[in-house]
Amino acid sequence: MTTIAVASTPLVEALLARADDALVHAHRLSEWCGHAPMLEEDLALANVALDLLGQARSLYQYAAEVEGAGHSEDDLAYRRDAPQFRNALIFELPRGDFAETIARLFLASAAMLPWWQAAMESPDARIAAISAKAEKEVTYHLRHAGEWMIRLGDGTEESHARVAAAVAKYWPYTGELFEAEHPAVAALLPDPAPLRAAFDATVARVFAEAGLDRPRDGWMQKGGRRGVHTEHLGHMLAVMQHLQRAYPGAVW
Amino acid sequence: MSVTTLDLARVRAIAGAVVDPEIPALSIADLGVLRDVRVGDGGVEVDITPTYLGCPAMNVIAWEVEAALAQAGFGDVRVRLVLSPAWTTDWMTQAGRDALRAYGIAPPAARAGRRALFGADDETQCPRCGSVETEKLSEFGSTACKALWRCTACREPFDQFKCL
Ligand SMILES: [Zn+2]
Repeated sequence: MTTIAVASTPLVEALLARADDALVHAHRLSEWCGHAPMLEEDLALANVALDLLGQARSLYQYAAEVEGAGHSEDDLAYRRDAPQFRNALIFELPRGDFAETIARLFLASAAMLPWWQAAMESPDARIAAISAKAEKEVTYHLRHAGEWMIRLGDGTEESHARVAAAVAKYWPYTGELFEAEHPAVAALLPDPAPLRAAFDATVARVFAEAGLDRPRDGWMQKGGRRGVHTEHLGHMLAVMQHLQRAYPGAVW
Repeated sequence: MSVTTLDLARVRAIAGAVVDPEIPALSIADLGVLRDVRVGDGGVEVDITPTYLGCPAMNVIAWEVEAALAQAGFGDVRVRLVLSPAWTTDWMTQAGRDALRAYGIAPPAARAGRRALFGADDETQCPRCGSVETEKLSEFGSTACKALWRCTACREPFDQFKCL
């Protein structure tokens, strides 16, 4: 099925950014289904993925309404190409090993929890309502991932080395999570500056218990919010969108 | 009592009796998912709210509400999904909590106050033997709304409805 053209406005872009974050991260987590190191973790990662998928759906539905071009949440998820995606780069990187998956979930949740909490105060009632739901869910995600960071960091030599390497790999991608919003929508969405402080505090607390060092803030990788992605996103979308592209409108 | 008031009570009872497909022991009235019912010239409007944004049961619940009301003769039914205020386990009724326990699921803690991000869990009672000698196995259970626990007294694993 053909790719859609999104009638873009700053608000549509901002909603798509957070929806795409959630959808792409959900897909990466769902890749663990049937492959996690233990049954409990298989259930946990699938459940977190489902929460993120729910958040993505709510945001796509709202983005589609704001866009007003008659698109559905499915059109936005399945009928845009990689350059039209607005997710931060951290979410599209391949899932890697379990430590990498946990490190990404931890860093993303530590950044997103204060974002959702601040977005609950948005003057846009719809954003506030979605955020009040998502905030509760992400609290569980952060708790779960944080406990795993401590378990891995404070575990064996092997687990420590792997999670430390995972943190080093993802750290340069955290900067993009705190980019300023477009001035036209800044009043509706959280100011990223104070979120950074909350993120830093969570990281400091968990890393101290996990025996992990916080990497230095150096060069930060960016581009996803402008549609400049790594090669990994295209491959992921090929898998994720294949069915709807090959059999337009297929349902079960 | 006007006809509308009678209808309203009937609609509320019929819609409220629909059960959560993932926990059939629990009606959506006891779960706190049924938020509002309106009957007017335009037909019947029913508001439901999701427990979790990704809750896959919501579509089924909406269809079941429409089907149950259609069967009772209410033709023009619209089910609306409302997000605000956000659902909390505090809306679960005492009857719902009792039904959950009888079904083998530990009900959520009574007050969904802000939990500490990291730290001790609230005491959780085994739904089978009543012991509080229990331990959490996983924050996530068979569905998004449940955590997995184990009773160290009777050795049985059990689901707990998470506090949200
Ligand atoms: Zn027991």
